[in-house]
Amino acid sequence: MPRRLLRDRQIAVDEWRYVSEAAADAAEPLIITFDQWQADPDTWLARTGRLGVVLAPAHNVERLAPDLAHFALIAAEFPGPAEGRGYTQARLLRERWNFKGELRATGHVRRDQLFFMARCGFNSFELPEADLEDAAAAFSTFSAAYQPSNDLGLALKLRPGTAASA
Amino acid sequence: MYRYDLTDKTLVQERVAQFRDQTQRFLAGRLSEDEFRHLRLRNGLYIQRHAPMLRVAIPYGLLSSAQLRTLARIARRYDRGYGHFTTRQNIQYNWPKLEEVPDILAELAEVEMHAIQTSGNCIRNTTSDHLAGVTPHEIEDPRPWCEIIRQWSSFHPEFTYLPRKFKIAVTGAAQDRAASLVHDVGVHIVRGPNGDLGFEILAGGGLGRTPIIGQVVREFLPREHLLSYLEAILRVYNLEGRRDNLTKARIKILVRSLGIEAFKKRVEAEWELLRETGPRVDDAQIARMRAFFDPPAYRVLPNGEPDAGKETEFRAWYRYNTAAHKVSGYRAVFVSLKKPDMPPGDATDAQMELIAHLADRYSYGEVRVTHTQNLLLADVEQGKCYELWQALKGAGLATPNIGTLTDMICCPGLDFCSLANAGSIDVAKLINERFDDYDYIYDLGELDVKMSGCMNACGHHHVGNIGILGVDKGGEEWYQITIGGAAGADASLGSVIGPSVAKTQVPETIARLLDVYVEQRQPEERFLDTVRRLGVKPFKERVYAAPLAA
Repeated sequence: MPRRLLRDRQIAVDEWRYVSEAAADAAEPLIITFDQWQADPDTWLARTGRLGVVLAPAHNVERLAPDLAHFALIAAEFPGPAEGRGYTQARLLRERWNFKGELRATGHVRRDQLFFMARCGFNSFELPEADLEDAAAAFSTFSAAYQPSNDLGLALKLRPGTAASA
Repeated sequence: MYRYDLTDKTLVQERVAQFRDQTQRFLAGRLSEDEFRHLRLRNGLYIQRHAPMLRVAIPYGLLSSAQLRTLARIARRYDRGYGHFTTRQNIQYNWPKLEEVPDILAELAEVEMHAIQTSGNCIRNTTSDHLAGVTPHEIEDPRPWCEIIRQWSSFHPEFTYLPRKFKIAVTGAAQDRAASLVHDVGVHIVRGPNGDLGFEILAGGGLGRTPIIGQVVREFLPREHLLSYLEAILRVYNLEGRRDNLTKARIKILVRSLGIEAFKKRVEAEWELLRETGPRVDDAQIARMRAFFDPPAYRVLPNGEPDAGKETEFRAWYRYNTAAHKVSGYRAVFVSLKKPDMPPGDATDAQMELIAHLADRYSYGEVRVTHTQNLLLADVEQGKCYELWQALKGAGLATPNIGTLTDMICCPGLDFCSLANAGSIDVAKLINERFDDYDYIYDLGELDVKMSGCMNACGHHHVGNIGILGVDKGGEEWYQITIGGAAGADASLGSVIGPSVAKTQVPETIARLLDVYVEQRQPEERFLDTVRRLGVKPFKERVYAAPLAA
């Protein structure tokens, strides 16, 4: 059964495959690991399909920065409920490296984390199938925020004086 | 004090709704124990020995009388009629029912309070000097900056899943009453080379299993950059702090393993990239925050001697339980929560209500919680101190022991806490029974005794002049004694005097330590100074020279 996920606040069927999941056709969108990319970028660039990469929490996104143009998707992995590095990875990718593609949270992703994840720049979420229907409500957990951030579509009210400098 | 605007009110109400939903999903079996644990912890809810424990934030220790009345009502309605004030200026309830916690949070929200991020691996309540704004010789009132940090750190999207908890303390005076050197980050208000206001930033302090004194990361940070600099520190920590071992996950371990210079370099490099794009505290925001902490309309009064000609008991109380005020004719008055027969830091619902009433009557309706687990009425007219004392005395709140041996810091210990190895409250009781002669206690002078029921060090034993740590030895409660610790601007970690002692031997051990001090002290020398001058040896020799009676 194809994987479903939450993308841009809608339930969607995932067209992407991880390398570990299937021998994808060269034209199909494929998510490789950061190590695979580092080892042999040319092999992957030879494919015609869109390319995505999954980062482990310990990966330094700066090392991916020169290659960002090759990726339509970056996934950050959350191995467990205590993991928090992906939040920083997401902000750096969006704010420092200006990544515009799909930014996906994968691994231990639950609805109670979605609000913060979205505020850090994630726009797609691999949730357990049972959580999908209810999860979108999490985006409206809070209607305001104290910190400037790159919220995607959350339209939070920011108090004057808390905005980032221009 | 700070008053919520619509943004703050909206956020706490939405938090109550969020937690209510999470609790219901847990009770309905739709959230696992482990998943719920991560959520409830970020809302101050622990599952303890007897029942859940709810920790409610008291930002930088400041309460209105209305808030204190709500805390009293919660103690009565949802708990067993008391609350425990902590070293981080919070209050803990030990007996709430899980299913009632959302209702408690809703009652707190009505008086602009919450339990947001009072536990869990996130940025905790920002603490400060209990004499902020009233102490003479202050560079600036730290509370506006505490509130700026409170707001910035609340629901920070990037830093809610840190490797470990993260505590910030802010001080604005030379004397450090907030233990900022044993915080993950210490923020000191300082004047820069041109007289500009800014901050000295320290990082890497902490107690627990591996006590470390914080080190300077930046000597002078211009004030507008406070939040971007904190973001840089937090970001370096979030990415590089250890997550493989809980006992090595605090920022102190990162700072120590990198070395302060390498840590500083990483933070500064990150800050260079953040300083222009990150949050900036502008002048309008600073002015807006400062206005909340404008001094009350003090009366013009001369300084007097309100204790002259009064009974000895009042004079002792006035000397020990009141502190100098920057405005003439006023004193800051401590409400001692260290009555010998009460667990240190505990207050009953009736006491809280009385203190709220006294705050309205004598101190502009505000109460503060001190790091040393007492309360404070900060703005009392000297001429009203006598009647205030009478009212406090009638409620068991005037024990004249602030800053002395029996003003002990003490964690809840084995009686309540599921982490503890040994009792603390009962040891405090034994110490109080042994040392009940106030002439002797006053003769000893300034003395910090701090006690923790386990190495998590909630009672800050490492930085006690005398520290007492509960340890488990084959199922029995034993106590390791340290001396020479200090928590102020000259912070130091205590040294272990020798093998641990049995519970009943703790008072005798302390008595022997104090004997050495009394015999060897020089004029005006505090216990701490004598220990620093002589070292541990003479104290150790005395304690273990003759067998300690059981």
